[in-house]
Amino acid sequence: MTNLKFIFGRLAGAIPTLLVLICFAFFLVKSAPGGPFDFERSLPEEVEKNLREAYNLDDPLYLQLTKYVGSILTGDFGPSFQYRDYTVTELIMSGFPVSLRLGVAAIFLALILGGTIGTIAALNQNSRLDYSVMFFGMVGISIPNFVMAPLLVLIFSIALNILPAGGYANGAPLHMILPVVALALPQAAYIARLTRGSMIEVLNSNFVRTTRAQGLPLNTIIFKHVLKPTFLPVISYLGPATAAIITGSVVVEQIFGLPGLGRYFVQGALNRDYTLVMGVVIFYGLLIIGFNLIVDTVYGFIDPRIKHNR
Amino acid sequence: MRNGFSLFFVAILLAACGQDEESSCLVDDGWVVGGESGSELAIDQIFRRNNGAEPGTLDPHRAEGVTASNVLRDIFEGLVAETANGEYTPGVAESWVISDDGKVYTFQIRSDARWSNGDPVTADDFVFSLRRSVDPKTLSNYSSMLYPIKNARDVVRGEMSSEELGVTALAPDVLQIKLEESTPYFIGMLSHSITYPVHRPSVELYGNQFTRPENLVSNGAFVLAEWKVQDYILVSRNKNYWNDASTTLEQVFFYPLDNANSTLTRYRANELDFTDTVPSEQLPWIKDCLADELHVAPYFGSYYYGFNMEKEPFGGNKPLRHALAMAIDRTVITELVLGAGQIPAYTFIPPVKDYAGIPPEWATWTQEDRNKKARELYREAGYDEANPLAIEVVYNTSENHKRVALAIASMWKQTLGVETALRNQEWKVFLETRRLKEDTEIFRGGWIGDYDDPYTFSELLHSENEMNHSGFANEDYDALLKSASEKSAGAERLKDLQDAESLMLETMPVIPLYFYVSQHLIKPWIVGLEGNALDHHQSKYIKILKRERLPSD
Amino acid sequence: MNPTNSLASDAWSALSKNRAAWFSAMALTTMVLLVLLGPLVSPHEVDQTNWSKLAKPPSMDDGHIFGTDDLGRDLFVRTMYGGRISLMVGIVATLVSVLIGVSYGAISGFVGGKVDSIMMRIVDVLYAMPFLFFVILLMVFFGRSIFLIFVAIGAVNWLDIARIVRGQTLTIKGKEFVDAAKAGGVSTFRIIFRHIVPNLMGIVVVYVALTVPQVILVESFLSFLGLGVQEPMTSWGALVNQGARQMESSPWILLFPALFLAVTLFCFNFIGDGLRDALDPKDRTNINE
Repeated sequence: MTNLKFIFGRLAGAIPTLLVLICFAFFLVKSAPGGPFDFERSLPEEVEKNLREAYNLDDPLYLQLTKYVGSILTGDFGPSFQYRDYTVTELIMSGFPVSLRLGVAAIFLALILGGTIGTIAALNQNSRLDYSVMFFGMVGISIPNFVMAPLLVLIFSIALNILPAGGYANGAPLHMILPVVALALPQAAYIARLTRGSMIEVLNSNFVRTTRAQGLPLNTIIFKHVLKPTFLPVISYLGPATAAIITGSVVVEQIFGLPGLGRYFVQGALNRDYTLVMGVVIFYGLLIIGFNLIVDTVYGFIDPRIKHNR
Repeated sequence: MRNGFSLFFVAILLAACGQDEESSCLVDDGWVVGGESGSELAIDQIFRRNNGAEPGTLDPHRAEGVTASNVLRDIFEGLVAETANGEYTPGVAESWVISDDGKVYTFQIRSDARWSNGDPVTADDFVFSLRRSVDPKTLSNYSSMLYPIKNARDVVRGEMSSEELGVTALAPDVLQIKLEESTPYFIGMLSHSITYPVHRPSVELYGNQFTRPENLVSNGAFVLAEWKVQDYILVSRNKNYWNDASTTLEQVFFYPLDNANSTLTRYRANELDFTDTVPSEQLPWIKDCLADELHVAPYFGSYYYGFNMEKEPFGGNKPLRHALAMAIDRTVITELVLGAGQIPAYTFIPPVKDYAGIPPEWATWTQEDRNKKARELYREAGYDEANPLAIEVVYNTSENHKRVALAIASMWKQTLGVETALRNQEWKVFLETRRLKEDTEIFRGGWIGDYDDPYTFSELLHSENEMNHSGFANEDYDALLKSASEKSAGAERLKDLQDAESLMLETMPVIPLYFYVSQHLIKPWIVGLEGNALDHHQSKYIKILKRERLPSD
Repeated sequence: MNPTNSLASDAWSALSKNRAAWFSAMALTTMVLLVLLGPLVSPHEVDQTNWSKLAKPPSMDDGHIFGTDDLGRDLFVRTMYGGRISLMVGIVATLVSVLIGVSYGAISGFVGGKVDSIMMRIVDVLYAMPFLFFVILLMVFFGRSIFLIFVAIGAVNWLDIARIVRGQTLTIKGKEFVDAAKAGGVSTFRIIFRHIVPNLMGIVVVYVALTVPQVILVESFLSFLGLGVQEPMTSWGALVNQGARQMESSPWILLFPALFLAVTLFCFNFIGDGLRDALDPKDRTNINE
């Protein structure tokens, strides 16, 4: 019951967040130098005038903002400046499934891989196994996406010729393997480190040590008392991990030529595609707000000591 | 833990050695192409080309840039078309007559020209389309290209209704276009997408959604089948095209990949048949490993650095401009920095048809002599080692622009002692900076001709041209251009343009650096592509040969 | 229970026992010295091109011990200069974000209630701004200055630390010693900075150790997008990015900067681990002993 109340409270609280976000995005974009109608070949005046009119650019800023917020409420993010045959809503809806598929797969891979590695390392703290596992974890952190991705392509697509070098192919699993791996590796490494550190801390806590002293078998202790507190910081990290995956997907989408939101986003910013940039920002904002809500809720379930303030 | 470190170093060293051996080529060349006859065709006639970026729109009248025109050229056809090597050839118009004064063109529309839904293509379609192109309400980026047509300028400026445009349907299959002046390159312009016909009923029905695959009716050799933004554009053969009998390809994929290195790897993994360009830092490797598949051809484009003539230190300091121009070793840039066979440029306009600019005298000197002269001029301009010039070069973000800028900065420093700061800006900011002329000193410029006539370059430096970013303003230059545009085609007109260019080079508001080349990697099983000056490659001329794996031994 | 007692000396003695951390600290010191002094020794300049030596592999004969890049510039000097920028960006930006993040997170988590809710809402709002967009715009506005990279990365990264710290604070807050302090009438501010923050040291230090390399990587990500430092200056990220394009044809252009980058990231991580063990306020014995 309290959880339901908490969730509704947070949902209601999300509205001002979104408004702030929209205004922030709006004014940031508006103050950027270089306009959407700067082309190599300059536009005739009359044409530019009509363009500005068509996109409401001549209205005072507050009016533009109100109109924009109004149309967002109806789910309309306006027409794209760059992709003139499409609306921003259409573009987001076509890019999002790609990014979602990529991101979700990468998060899961990172969690499973990182969690396992971290646990193994913690249970064998300071052993050779611990060192070598964490060592390779660190290799994962140390290699940037944009080196890892072409390296994977070079090995698996060019040299071995067993996986495609790029393209989305409507999400065919074979095409997703390399992008997902390239995206997940650094996050897996972070999660492994976090898991290891946190688990060692829990294992060394008075509580666990007391339980051990009482003679409970190690496995029982781990499954009953260690895993939950161990993964609290990991769950806390899911937010940043998602943000990192979104950022990383910009690189991965570009290198593998995937039609995801990350690419629209960069293209939009570069082309001064006001509406597309704002659309993507707000959309990501919504996602992150929703995601944080889920993380907080889960956190509350796992660690009942935290009382929701609402 | 030391084990860990040494392990890591060993791994890196191993990788390094492995890499070294590998840099002998890792390419997939085990193919027999064309079967026994060498020209046997593949069963699947599918062509996969990288298009470099996503087109903003496929509305031919609003489209901008190379990427959109590459697709539009396949799915639409104008009055005039192009052959594989870039010659103009009858398109929807099977023939035309030009009046003696060169101001009235009368086109005979082909009787078998059809839209993809079976409707005939008529003169009225062109009247509708050209009016639509110049109508400022269409929001076209290129409408100013049509200024040679009678009244076009006034229509674009909103001072006249589009019905007054000098375009009339004399009969359902006869179209007349009146021009303001005789415009010798007008036929060439008629192969540009701004002049393509659009299907009136679907434009009126669907508005700006008429370019969706499910709505688009077009008249080219192909029709739009699928358009997945940032994924691919798929066009497939148009059975209603008047010359469908000579089309071989069934489908063409246009990919919007903007990363030249991943494009290269995808090409190597046989996921692409054709690349839009090649990454210049990979050229040495490509020349070693894929030499047979690299196709380079002169491209009607000019790469230059412009001075801001409206500000210090370059406005009014001619010796300084000349000193900087001379101190650049263009051969180093074309051969070492770029290396694809670009042509060192001492004139602004690339040679085209009968036209070639007259290079300044120092173009024939050795670089040492040029450097010597440059140092003299530099001193004359009021600078020396104790009092060096400090300037800023602004260019738009791109690997090649960066390399050229670094090279030039280093040459200026080594020859003259000039301190050059580099500033790269992303495209839209760059365009604004350059247009405003407020804080530019030296800027990168590049121009690809819109049609094959020197005028497409000459007009860039006209004092009233909006793209004249250096702020060069010379009455004599403007007068020579005017005199040229009043003349019909021929040596006299070209002479005017040549004089204008020489005059400009004498003032040196821009430093010509090199003429572009087009660079493509093309798979050996692709035939029918020819290099041409405008880098137009139409799918209707392409065939895919049969390919089989060499039996591995 | 008060962990601040002789924290530094505990850390020092523990650290000196941890061979990995010790070794890393020495490696990192060597690296910093090399990066600072290396260019002074080399006969080459960072922006000096040599058209007769484009993309040459390492050779002792001509003094290009790391080889040259594709414009004939000495890779050793460039790697050293790149290191200066990368290390500077990593450290300064991390300090900025840790300062903001720890105070913010601890206050928010400890005070709780409306304050927590409002403070976290602010973080949510900032979180909902995709970082990338923020940085791209800033770079576009003010050109590509190093200072801006500090600010941009530092100002954005504190969010992560603030959240983690808040999460940990929520857990610590329920512990006996905090209750005891509260009961003893200690002021909130004092509890936060005397009792909570020191107990967060473990996680914060691990986080700093993770954040410096992370920031260095973010800088490299910006370089990938063409938004890094302005040429002819460079950073490890920019060099690695350049090298990644030519990893097949001229692997040394990738390998040397990548090696430096990786070793640095390694060292920070190992030091972080060592510090973590040392600063962990709880009594510890290995469970597997």
